[in-house]
Amino acid sequence: MSVGDSPAAVRPLAHSLWPRLVPRLGSRDNLIRLASVAVTLAAWEWYGRGVDPVFLSYPTAIVAALPAMVASGELPAALLSSLQSLAAGLAAAIVLGTMLGLAMGRYRTADAAFTMQVSALYATPNVALIPLLILWFGLGLLSKIVIVFLAAVFPIVVNTYSGVRNVSRSLVEVALAEGANEPQVLAKIIVPASLPFIMTGIRLSMGRAVVGMVVAEMFTAVSGLGGAIVAYGNAFATAKLFVVIIVLAVLGVTLTETVRLAERRLAPWKETERAS
Amino acid sequence: MLEIARLTKVFRQDADRREGGICVIDDVSFAVRQNQFVCLLGPSGCGKTTLLRMVAGLTRPDAGTIRIDGRAVDRPGPDRSLVFQNYGLLPWRTVLGNVEIGLEIRGMKRAERREICRRTIDRVGLSGFEDHYPHQLSGGMQQRTALARAFSKDPKLLLMDEPFAAVDMQTREMLQDELLKIWTAMRTTVLFVTHSIDEAIYLGDRVIVMAARPGRVKADVATEMPRPRSGADVKVSARFDALRKLIRGALAYDGAPELRVVAT
Repeated sequence: MSVGDSPAAVRPLAHSLWPRLVPRLGSRDNLIRLASVAVTLAAWEWYGRGVDPVFLSYPTAIVAALPAMVASGELPAALLSSLQSLAAGLAAAIVLGTMLGLAMGRYRTADAAFTMQVSALYATPNVALIPLLILWFGLGLLSKIVIVFLAAVFPIVVNTYSGVRNVSRSLVEVALAEGANEPQVLAKIIVPASLPFIMTGIRLSMGRAVVGMVVAEMFTAVSGLGGAIVAYGNAFATAKLFVVIIVLAVLGVTLTETVRLAERRLAPWKETERAS
Repeated sequence: MLEIARLTKVFRQDADRREGGICVIDDVSFAVRQNQFVCLLGPSGCGKTTLLRMVAGLTRPDAGTIRIDGRAVDRPGPDRSLVFQNYGLLPWRTVLGNVEIGLEIRGMKRAERREICRRTIDRVGLSGFEDHYPHQLSGGMQQRTALARAFSKDPKLLLMDEPFAAVDMQTREMLQDELLKIWTAMRTTVLFVTHSIDEAIYLGDRVIVMAARPGRVKADVATEMPRPRSGADVKVSARFDALRKLIRGALAYDGAPELRVVAT
């Protein structure tokens, strides 16, 4: 009798138990994720209760702080104000970033003309530009929109550029052989062929845009979720501070995942190519 | 139907320099009759693809003329369809979308072009697969999609650039038979580029053998084999064997710039 026999005898039982214990969450990975989160929260709760609430809050206190913040309107107002600059900045970044990336990827002149500026601005920490932007655009909404825009635009430009560069010459010639003009080549070949890259750029820029938004709200006229962080921090309202941080985390993840979903919808052939 | 006269193309390594460069096509002339299936055969570097691209209007010749039914070719036109290596299907478009792109670029109205394309898809035997994406199709169905795209314009001349270069032998033979079947039904003039001797003989009414550096016509061979040709029988026939020997000889022959043979 070999050693291998006994685990083989046990395994069917273990396998039949897993799905019954966790009928919905299903996979083993999900279970590990859930367990890990639970352990983290429990440890935080246990440790946090022993610490001065000025320095650290704990999960139940944070959950308890939420209803009052929603009821008083302070959280919805901050969120709404933040979403304004975020949406405007992101929209501008997506439109202009895609256009610039397409132009640079497709035309050598545009590439040569803008490549230095794009590389330099991409590498520059955005925060360093804020004093300048305040001088130019003031402390209000416009400044915040510009900061979000600058944070978000470069991943879109760079990814769109690589996408256009990756379009195979033969696909372009399919259109050329049919007598297509340049606008038709762009619309029917270049844009759809580089769409997966464009979407990746947009997804990457989501996280950066949220960072830009918070930074902008801290350094220009204090407002929105970033402003709320400053205010609650100064007031030692640590539980409320954590509420805002969690809202920001949820916002970032939601935006990123929404784009990931759109990516799959808009470029389904990429998914299946990878799968096969 | 197609007349090529004294065609010459030089590729310059340095665009600014006037002199030098590689002569890829040197003074090539031949004519093709209506509904003839002509194979351009030659080693890589003999300019056969360049020649095809010039007929398609994608590359401009440096000298010489290309005429189709008497009209000079200087750009892509609806009278010619080009089937690319690996078919050039757009992965984000369905079969229908891929087939209709030619007519779409030409500005035909959606309803009209869709009707034409559905009919063409039906004729190549792809009905029911209109909404499939290329990656969901077999190699044979991809070829049929490419042919449906090519035939959707009802071209006078079908140009094919080594469409079977990347597939294995068995698939290749299957695709050849399928191509012949569709061609028999559609009937157009075909200019087919290949580097396989057997493929050229099997498919063509005529094989134009080219030499490299500079690219020129070495031999022009009429296959004169009955159609329909089906698979194994034809390929082991004495006639096929004689043609194979003749073309091999022409490819190896290194003498006079042009040898015009009509096999007996």
